[in-house]
Amino acid sequence: MALQSNHLLGLEGTPREDIQAILDSAISFKEILERPIPKVPTLRHVTVVNAFFENSTRTRISFELAQKRLSADVVNFSASTSSVSKGETLIDTIRNLEAMKIDVVVMRHPMPGAPVILTKYCSSKVINAGDGPHEHPTQALLDMMTLREAFGSFENLNVTLIGDIAHSRVALSNIYGLLTMGANVAVCGPPTLIPRNIESLGVKVYHDADEALAHSDCINVLRIQLERQKSGLFPSIREYHSFFGITRSRLLKASKDLVILHPGPMNRGVEIDSDVADGPQSVILQQVTNGVAIRMAVLFLIAGGEREDELVN
Amino acid sequence: MSWSTDKAADIMSQRGWHVAKTSKVILRDARLIDPSAGLDEIADLLIERGKIEQIGKIKEDNSKDFKVLELNGKIVAPGFFDMHVHLREPGREDKETILTGTMAAAAGGFTGVACMPNTDPPLDNVGVVRWVYEMASGAPVAVHPIAAITKQRKGNEITEISELYQSGVRALSNDGDSVMNSEVMRRALEYSSMHDMVIMTHSEDDDLAGNGVMREGEVSTRLGLTPWPSLAESIHVARDTLLAKFTGGRIHVSHISSLDSIEAVRQGKAQNVNVTSEATPHHFSLTDEACTGYDTNFKMNPPLGTPEDRDAVIEGLKDGTIDTIATDHAPHTTEEKLVEFDRAPFGVVGLETAIGVAAKKLVNPGHLEWKDIVEKMSINPRKIMRLPVVTIKEGAVADLTLIDPECTWTVDPADFFTKGRNTPFTGWDLPARPIGILSRGWILISPAAENVVG
Repeated sequence: MALQSNHLLGLEGTPREDIQAILDSAISFKEILERPIPKVPTLRHVTVVNAFFENSTRTRISFELAQKRLSADVVNFSASTSSVSKGETLIDTIRNLEAMKIDVVVMRHPMPGAPVILTKYCSSKVINAGDGPHEHPTQALLDMMTLREAFGSFENLNVTLIGDIAHSRVALSNIYGLLTMGANVAVCGPPTLIPRNIESLGVKVYHDADEALAHSDCINVLRIQLERQKSGLFPSIREYHSFFGITRSRLLKASKDLVILHPGPMNRGVEIDSDVADGPQSVILQQVTNGVAIRMAVLFLIAGGEREDELVN
Repeated sequence: MSWSTDKAADIMSQRGWHVAKTSKVILRDARLIDPSAGLDEIADLLIERGKIEQIGKIKEDNSKDFKVLELNGKIVAPGFFDMHVHLREPGREDKETILTGTMAAAAGGFTGVACMPNTDPPLDNVGVVRWVYEMASGAPVAVHPIAAITKQRKGNEITEISELYQSGVRALSNDGDSVMNSEVMRRALEYSSMHDMVIMTHSEDDDLAGNGVMREGEVSTRLGLTPWPSLAESIHVARDTLLAKFTGGRIHVSHISSLDSIEAVRQGKAQNVNVTSEATPHHFSLTDEACTGYDTNFKMNPPLGTPEDRDAVIEGLKDGTIDTIATDHAPHTTEEKLVEFDRAPFGVVGLETAIGVAAKKLVNPGHLEWKDIVEKMSINPRKIMRLPVVTIKEGAVADLTLIDPECTWTVDPADFFTKGRNTPFTGWDLPARPIGILSRGWILISPAAENVVG
């Protein structure tokens, strides 16, 4: 069992079978995480560099845990302490890392397409851990794993992404992955936070949160960054919260079975209220747990897929 | 470093070009195309002391002492003129120099270029402009500096336009940056109109363009790249067309790239506003889809348009809304371009591929004929800049571009004379190529012109 691509750059164009394979393996890895000694030797022959050109504590920790649970050798690299701040180019940085013999690069980068450029100039396998507002495939996969646990299947599942769609790597990856797996995807927010051409991807657009909720089996609530308000994309946090925030009273108008996701980190009281985030319909902490399992599955299938036998040892 | 030292002649000779100052040349069996003289016929040309002395059948016994080129039906047209290039000198000699830029122009079939003032220091005063003339003197390619509209290209105070005019400048531009202040643009148009100068607009609303790196559309949404809406261009084209109408000044919209901008120019022309426009080879041959691999050689300003924009550019070229084809030749170093898409500078080189791409994307599909290409790449740019139009007739100065319209070659940036390797056309098979120029007493013939040089 191996993926059709050497890399995981995004979910755009990733075939259904590959997504299925990752989600299926993640179930086994989640089981490993629940063992008394949650560690397997599967990737003990593999060296991974976590190259983080921007801070993302939770994504890095999730990847690092996944790598350690699989016994990979892990090196962490972050831009603030590196030669990038001394003017070295992305390509030189990676070529230098690669000269030290590594197998996999997990890269977080503030600019779209950086992982694609990487694959042209190094022979390591590349996993995109978020490239600017482009894609964040492992986040979408862990969201999908959580949804499958809740609903069993994606067929005709109605998923709505609410919030800052235009600047979200999570939104784009979710849209690609969910559509590939047969779900119906909608986005909801003010037009200023939704790309003009989003419908060309095959999603429905709502500007009314209550209407969106009424048509959803599940909502994925995206983080609202204060800087978007400052750049004039919406008038105030107060107005955003009152029209698009997920509040208890808004939930009371929707189905009791509505499932709520949030990729984190949350702005409590902005896009989501505390009693909702901590309430019975929320699966937010489950997402975090699944994140480690999904990243184990991706690392395994990308870097150690041929050693499947070792998984069971 | 100037051509007068013959340094460029040596460099080009070493790469197989025939480069000479020749007083007596016969072009035999040339397909002469010059719409300004109503000419499209096979004939011989006899050139002596830099002038076309005779057109017709030149007898063999008249050809002794002459350099004879056997053209076998290849095209001879009035010299092509690229009114929009960045020669980068002074200041960014690592990207291009007047020497390398004019070699690239000659190799690309151009006998004249107009160079943009976004140099360091900028071409915003007579001193720097004279220096450019000096550096380019003796070159077979005429270099016409375009001066900045405003001091330091900052968009606040107009330059000493009359003095610049006296020194030979015929066009003004802040290319690379727009003039955001409409009042400044109004005054620049009014002031320059007393010399009938043209203002070449860089049409971009800075606020609407923001940090955009590619055209806003389906592809930018897919790629997550910061969008640059076509509106950022069209709103300024519409504004400047209104300003030209109000002031009577002349605008030439540089590198026009979107449907609405072209429509604004079309409406302006219908109302007899003094507005002209140009399109680049990349805007009539490529679309935003090319950005898919995040290759920075597809990052330019204005960005590549949607298929509808590209079709509108072709339509504008066909119906005359777009008067000229210019390259916006913008060389950058490999180091600058070998970075993330967001981080790379805008711009691509174009001098050495323009004729081939025009043949592939305009002539061969039947959008334009060669005579239209001559109009848009030789006659119209000189007319707009109020430079003497070069023509093929007896007694005229020999200023000629030679084109092989039936050959196939593959674009390899390693073969370029420009320092820039940043072309979006790497690997393209092109169906035509320039094979030489006659200009300012020089004759330059490409090694690709086999069997032409006797």
